[in-house]
Amino acid sequence: MKSWDNITKIALSVNDGKTSALELVNESLSRIEGAKEYSAIISTTKERAIERAKLIDDGVKSGKNMGRLAGVPFIAKDNFLTFGSETTAASNILKGFNAPYQASAIVKLEAEGAICVAKANLDAFAHGASTENSDFMVTKNPHDKTRVPGGSSGGSAASVVLGLAPFSLGTDTGGSIRQPASFSGCVGLKPTYGLVSRSGVVAMASSLDCIGPMTKTVGEASLILDVMSGRDPLDSTTIEKDSLGYVSLDADLKGKKIGLVKEYFDDSLDKSIKESIDELIDKLKTAGAEIVEISLPILPSALAVYYILCPAEVSSNLSRYDGQRFGYSFDKANDLNESYSESRARGFGKEAKRRIIIGTYVLSSGYYDAYYKKAQLVRTKIVKDFEKAFKSVDFLLGPVAPTQAFKIGEKSNDPLAMYLSDVMTVAPNLAGIPSITIPIDEKNNLPVAVQLMAAQKQDRPLLGAAKKIEELSQ
Amino acid sequence: MVKISQEEILKLANLAQLKLSKEELTEFSSELSTILDYVSQLDKVDVEGLEPTYQVTGLKNVTRDDVKIDYEVDKDLLMSNLPDSQDGQIKVKRMIG
Repeated sequence: MKSWDNITKIALSVNDGKTSALELVNESLSRIEGAKEYSAIISTTKERAIERAKLIDDGVKSGKNMGRLAGVPFIAKDNFLTFGSETTAASNILKGFNAPYQASAIVKLEAEGAICVAKANLDAFAHGASTENSDFMVTKNPHDKTRVPGGSSGGSAASVVLGLAPFSLGTDTGGSIRQPASFSGCVGLKPTYGLVSRSGVVAMASSLDCIGPMTKTVGEASLILDVMSGRDPLDSTTIEKDSLGYVSLDADLKGKKIGLVKEYFDDSLDKSIKESIDELIDKLKTAGAEIVEISLPILPSALAVYYILCPAEVSSNLSRYDGQRFGYSFDKANDLNESYSESRARGFGKEAKRRIIIGTYVLSSGYYDAYYKKAQLVRTKIVKDFEKAFKSVDFLLGPVAPTQAFKIGEKSNDPLAMYLSDVMTVAPNLAGIPSITIPIDEKNNLPVAVQLMAAQKQDRPLLGAAKKIEELSQ
Repeated sequence: MVKISQEEILKLANLAQLKLSKEELTEFSSELSTILDYVSQLDKVDVEGLEPTYQVTGLKNVTRDDVKIDYEVDKDLLMSNLPDSQDGQIKVKRMIG
């Protein structure tokens, strides 16, 4: 399949009247139609996308600049509230839900001329690491249809790799952008917590949820972040964007200190991933970076902290799905309580139920101190350990996951094994630091990627360094 | 290993307004035990003198002016999502027997 031009180039060409937005939208829609076997897409926003494309083309004809993303088609994970089709979060309980407003991230992208063409598959409510937990269908890895694309943003990752659109949006609560980017082979950015508004995105674990772009290149991820980031009155946890923005990056690594996270290079790491990273390390040294090994002894505890805090916040956030105001409702109930419990029983999949039960348990009065509060205290230790590490190094480097993409069905009957897929990605969410997945190699016909992390609000230098890693890996 | 009985799972499910099948009760009681066993590794972490982290932005008391904001939400679209309604109101099943 023909790949898309660089996003900046597409928008320039649309603004110059050389390419029409309508052609681009139709091209994207036809590629989506042709890639159905991968089950990456839940629905298209065809009518609205065509309408918006015509508006943009008309704008260009009347001499207006239609924005930095003029006419660029994109695909949003289906937990972003959008007009033009249902927003389901790949869950039965939200089937038939027509969002009454759009996510702030979508509004900002549209203001720069981007056009949402479709909604991507995910693990229902973003609960999972393989996209097998979707209530609708299992997305396939673009490199090998017997393998998972990663998750929960598996549909978004597969979309970019299959070339269905020039970019997609994902959400990352414990690795859900970075891990599928690694399994499927694209760039995936989880920015600093609060940099992109969460308004209008189906909440999973609110103190951890981040929104980010999935793209072919680091430069394009930077551009999309530049458009989406910044304070939003609709999300009081948002922060100001970098005063220099996130484009025109400094991609020099000379004199930069990169720490290799010792805890991520243990025996559980696949040999082929280790080899690829070793090759990259040599190239980084040649490029003038100083490489040191660094230990964060608290990291092995991060997953345990995550699997207390995440279900706790999930159980609270999922309480709004009560079958009364939107989404699925069991209509044969005799009274309100039965309507609640039957609607939820029939509307939620197994993983949502599992997390509601775990979350309710760790938050219940007798166990709150032992689990929830203890996890919050260890979270502080994780935050402090990262702060300390970033006093001695500029960036931290490690694998994204211990393995490459695994087989469909391999872990679906063992929740703990599935949770362990997140072991290398959850810590940045707990600390609120930015982290980016950059594909560096291919082994066994599957992509290999690394994860680069920086201190909070250092997204700009992080993207610069990531750009250099991308260059070195080509 | 922490043992979680099916009665306990049932109590949690009731608190969460979630009906569970017999199979789910059995499955979740053994899974919850496994997961709690895994997270019990935190018992060994020394957290002396630390404060809990509830959020990571460092922001405090983000306020806005106390004025009405028009969100321009389409009322018909909002109402079209209601499973049941009457005279422009949400209609629910009876609450008291």
